[in-house]
Amino acid sequence: MIPIPYYLTVSALLFVIGAIGVLMRRNALIMLMSLELMLNAVNLSFVAYARLHNDIGGHVFVFLSITVAAAEAAVGLAILLTIYRARETVDVDNLHLLQR
Amino acid sequence: MDATALLESTGALLPHLMVLLTGLVILTMDLFLTPRNRYLNELVGLAGLLLALILTLSSLGTPRQVFMGMAVSDHLSAFFNVTFLLIAALTILLSASYVRRENVSAGEYYTLILFATTGFMFVAAAADLVMVFLAIETLSIATYILAGLLRDEPRSQEAAFKYFMLGALSSAFFLYGIATVYGVLGNTSLGHLAQALGQGGMSPLLLMGMALLIVGLGFKVAVVPFHMWAPDVYDGAPTAVTAFMTAGPKAAAFAAFLRVFFQGFATPDLVQQWTPVFAILAALTMILGNFVALAQQSLKRMLAYSSIAHAGYAFVALVAHNSLGASSLLYYMVAYTLMSLGAFTMLMVVARREEQPYAFDDYAGLGTTHPLLAALMALFMFALAGFPPTAGFAGKFYVFSAAVQAGHYGLAVIGVLTSVLSVVYYARVIMIMYMREPERHQPALQLAPTTMAVLGITALGILYMGIFPGGVMQLAEQSVALLFQTKM
Repeated sequence: MIPIPYYLTVSALLFVIGAIGVLMRRNALIMLMSLELMLNAVNLSFVAYARLHNDIGGHVFVFLSITVAAAEAAVGLAILLTIYRARETVDVDNLHLLQR
Repeated sequence: MDATALLESTGALLPHLMVLLTGLVILTMDLFLTPRNRYLNELVGLAGLLLALILTLSSLGTPRQVFMGMAVSDHLSAFFNVTFLLIAALTILLSASYVRRENVSAGEYYTLILFATTGFMFVAAAADLVMVFLAIETLSIATYILAGLLRDEPRSQEAAFKYFMLGALSSAFFLYGIATVYGVLGNTSLGHLAQALGQGGMSPLLLMGMALLIVGLGFKVAVVPFHMWAPDVYDGAPTAVTAFMTAGPKAAAFAAFLRVFFQGFATPDLVQQWTPVFAILAALTMILGNFVALAQQSLKRMLAYSSIAHAGYAFVALVAHNSLGASSLLYYMVAYTLMSLGAFTMLMVVARREEQPYAFDDYAGLGTTHPLLAALMALFMFALAGFPPTAGFAGKFYVFSAAVQAGHYGLAVIGVLTSVLSVVYYARVIMIMYMREPERHQPALQLAPTTMAVLGITALGILYMGIFPGGVMQLAEQSVALLFQTKM
């Protein structure tokens, strides 16, 4: 069996990649995908820790967090859609009305 | 968990369910309303909130954990419930004329306000980190949509997008923090956390988890350096929503701070770890919030930075980590709710249309054209600046004396100095109202009765809490007593 720390390392790496993606990429869709990556990285570490402690709780939390992520993605895509309709682009560099 | 326990648990959370139910009723009812009887939305919303208030007050009793230790019903959650219900009720009142003016679909708007309020209330009742996360997500997702409510308004779209992106990012950090704490302790219950930590067992991993939780919650409160979204979002969102956002989610995030750090991470070793971090955050927030507010040309943006600065003052109360600190935080939240909602309501009254920037010049000569409105605005500005005899003064007084009591003299000094600085930009509004002539002839402002009610309630509340601070403070002390009993 693959030892637990391996899973935790992968999870941490995925989380960091996701965070960098959100902060560096300028395309809103890619940012949204990076966000999902971060949330799923956390899910992976929840499951790994649950195995480590032999506790069913961690597995249940993953279901809750998947549900939340889905709701969040739905709202995020809806907001993105309104922006695309108005500007025909999802490049976040075009969002600068509020910086003065 | 048998049937009686389930019933009992549900009974303890009846106020929360009542607010949720009211939201659902409005959502359904709105489909059948004609423009003529659209006022029913507000009526049902207020009635539901009143019922929830009665349920909250009648369920006061011995603190008890419900739903297998996921939620708790005690005096602290009751105090926050009343605060949140007040915020929701005032928001509904101040939005009544706004939704008609801006042509917002009222049913969805009020439903989202009530859903967010449900989220606030669940944060205050949380007894488990997972519960804190779910409640914060409930309120966040509702407020993301609220920020983008004016779908065709580019500024509103942009505010919603920024709020969503950084809000979701902070949620991810918060969730990772929970996962890490769970990894160290094998449990996420706040009560269990305190117990396990009492037997020693501090590890670097645990500190990392704690740091991630601070980052996640710090974003929600908008403390410096996690504040970059706040000015843009508060500026771009519809003004009624901005009023709601500066009061509600902020108070809820502070409730989460109290639950997580005063109940969970409350062993002396750990407190020593997080107090210096909180102290730095508080100092930075007070300094930056006030200095940048000085330079603003738009009143709405100025109030946005002022809201950041006030989060800094409230943060000082957390650093103190004593009974006075916790109770002054509760007092400050109520006081800030009244001040902020009052000031933003004035903003909506004076700036007739949403597209216009909220320039200071709009207020020129308000003292002669609308003396009563000008006096109210002056009261709100004095309260935000912290002049006696207003709630703003009493709140700051309690917070800073808590800091002094805990030996954080430096923070108290920074707080007082930045408060003095803040007088400059609040007084600017008052000066423009009274000292300058109106630029050109402007039509008289019209106030709906609901708007007048909000202004009256907030003004009287500010004065009452300022002149007789004892009443609310005593309630706050009773509410936090439990936090310091269980810790030992």
